[in-house]
Amino acid sequence: MATNTKKVPLKVKENTGYRIFLVINFLIMLFVVLVTLYPFVYLVSQSFTSEKAIIRGEAGIIPKGFNIDTYKYVLRGEFLHYYRNTIVYTLIGTILSLVFSSLLAYPMAKSELKFNRVLTPFIIFTMYFGGTLISNYILIVNGLKLKNTVAAFILPMMISTYYVILMKSFFQSIPKDLEEAGEIDGLSKFGVFIRICLPLSKPILATMTLFYSVMYWNNWYQAFLYLNKKQWPVAYYLQTIIRGVGAKEGDGDATSVSANIKSCAMVLTVLPIICVYPIIQKYYVQGMMLGGVKE
Amino acid sequence: MSANVEVKVSTKRIKSFAKHILKYWQLYLMLVIPIAYYVVFRYLPMFGNMIAFRKYYAGGSIFGDRFVGLRYFKQFISDRSFWRAFKNTLVLNIGYLIVRFPLTLIFALLINEIRNLHWKKFVQTVSYLPHFISVVIMCGMIKELVSTSGPINQAIVHFGGDKISFISEASWFPTIFISSGVWQSVGWGTILYLAAMSNINPSLYEAAAVDGAGHFMRVWHVTIPSILPTITTLLILDIGGLVGSGAAFEKVYLLYNPMIYETADIISTYVFRMGISGKNFSYATAIGLFEGIINLILLSIANLASRKLTDSSLW
Repeated sequence: MATNTKKVPLKVKENTGYRIFLVINFLIMLFVVLVTLYPFVYLVSQSFTSEKAIIRGEAGIIPKGFNIDTYKYVLRGEFLHYYRNTIVYTLIGTILSLVFSSLLAYPMAKSELKFNRVLTPFIIFTMYFGGTLISNYILIVNGLKLKNTVAAFILPMMISTYYVILMKSFFQSIPKDLEEAGEIDGLSKFGVFIRICLPLSKPILATMTLFYSVMYWNNWYQAFLYLNKKQWPVAYYLQTIIRGVGAKEGDGDATSVSANIKSCAMVLTVLPIICVYPIIQKYYVQGMMLGGVKE
Repeated sequence: MSANVEVKVSTKRIKSFAKHILKYWQLYLMLVIPIAYYVVFRYLPMFGNMIAFRKYYAGGSIFGDRFVGLRYFKQFISDRSFWRAFKNTLVLNIGYLIVRFPLTLIFALLINEIRNLHWKKFVQTVSYLPHFISVVIMCGMIKELVSTSGPINQAIVHFGGDKISFISEASWFPTIFISSGVWQSVGWGTILYLAAMSNINPSLYEAAAVDGAGHFMRVWHVTIPSILPTITTLLILDIGGLVGSGAAFEKVYLLYNPMIYETADIISTYVFRMGISGKNFSYATAIGLFEGIINLILLSIANLASRKLTDSSLW
């Protein structure tokens, strides 16, 4: 990543100019970091602020009238039920996504497979053209009759073509000799995939696990279209809180839910992502780069 | 004679085909479910677009029941709400592209200049974070920040201004849309640039230094040309998506309200209101299909241009 680590002789004049640049660059980065983090800090602060202070318009970066009543209130209610739904959907969805994406990506990565000349365009074309919002809806509701089932939440996004392409690029980078050695040792094609390819693919599998689980965790749209109230994931429940009771989607907000409750629910929903994300950062950056500089 | 040869060739082909299948049948077996998935969940809806030309009744065939030709297309061509949505889609997309694209590139170049590796990693970690935030939460944040009692209005009042009801004033929507988009995606957008920069051969920089190029000259003459293919590819993708409103659907849908349709209603939200809320399924599909086809054409043109200009293209 560091491109300029080697010391190169520079003119003195250039050096001062460059030093000034480094200082300015530092200030710009500091600004970016602060602007990025500010909304999160504001939300957390608001979730600890008392309702009275919020009504008086005193919310800021430091909570006024610090208390954890909001959390107690939210965690006592139905919030946990929806949270549990989200965890279940995310688990099931991510497993299914990983299995079927790798089942697709692995044969696609094999250049000796003749069928790929047809298969690759067949898959990639769907990235550029597809069903409209309406025909997708009609397929799920009328064609497959999946309304009010969890399948309607998971299936429409189960295989992401973009992620399949990333996986395919990774599988292609695995040395052929290793796989051939496996076949000589008596492994079948499928055995090579399970015993040799997958264990070597931990970085891309970790990346895909993160991407897919974030996708399921954050999704509200399929829930909004297809699920009943009991089945909602937390993202959509949260949306109904933000929107306010009694208001309809897309009609603007009713202001019946106070800001500290909204903030608290948002903090709780985003928390797992913020906790997990820095830990696996190095994997998904690798994964993205592989996809970006393929071939 | 020639017929005989042909028969021989074709039997040979069949034999080699059978051999191929026999050798790779397990790989083909792996593909069965994923291909079935693509047929059902990607290609069926694609053919379901047919209802743009066929009258669809709720509960009837998902491909429509009666052919009506271009009726729905003629209808929306003279629909002023459609053209408003079309205009808004273009304005928001172009505005967003003009702001986001250079910012991403500049930000990547600046990150690349950071010498302290720990600080560099921290900046990257923080700037990628918004990419992973649910659109529900982002829109919730936006509403809190710009609400009449939120920090932005507090600051305005502090400096002696009047409170602005950002979320219900049409003139503010593009600003909110673009700036929140920048907040969410500029950091993430740098990944591909940084990957391209890390692949630049250091000897190029050394050669440039020997030739007397100062630091900024080296960025201009080495870094930028080296990442030009990446820049082009990303620009193609963006230009190809200029009429597309699918990606922005969730954000607009969660932020807008009837008071600001004037600037906020885009094609996909209009399609949604007409189709799923209003049950004019065929009419809405016609609009959606129109958008999809324009998109495909735009992308093909951009792709062709890029292949001619820089030798790098999507397909």
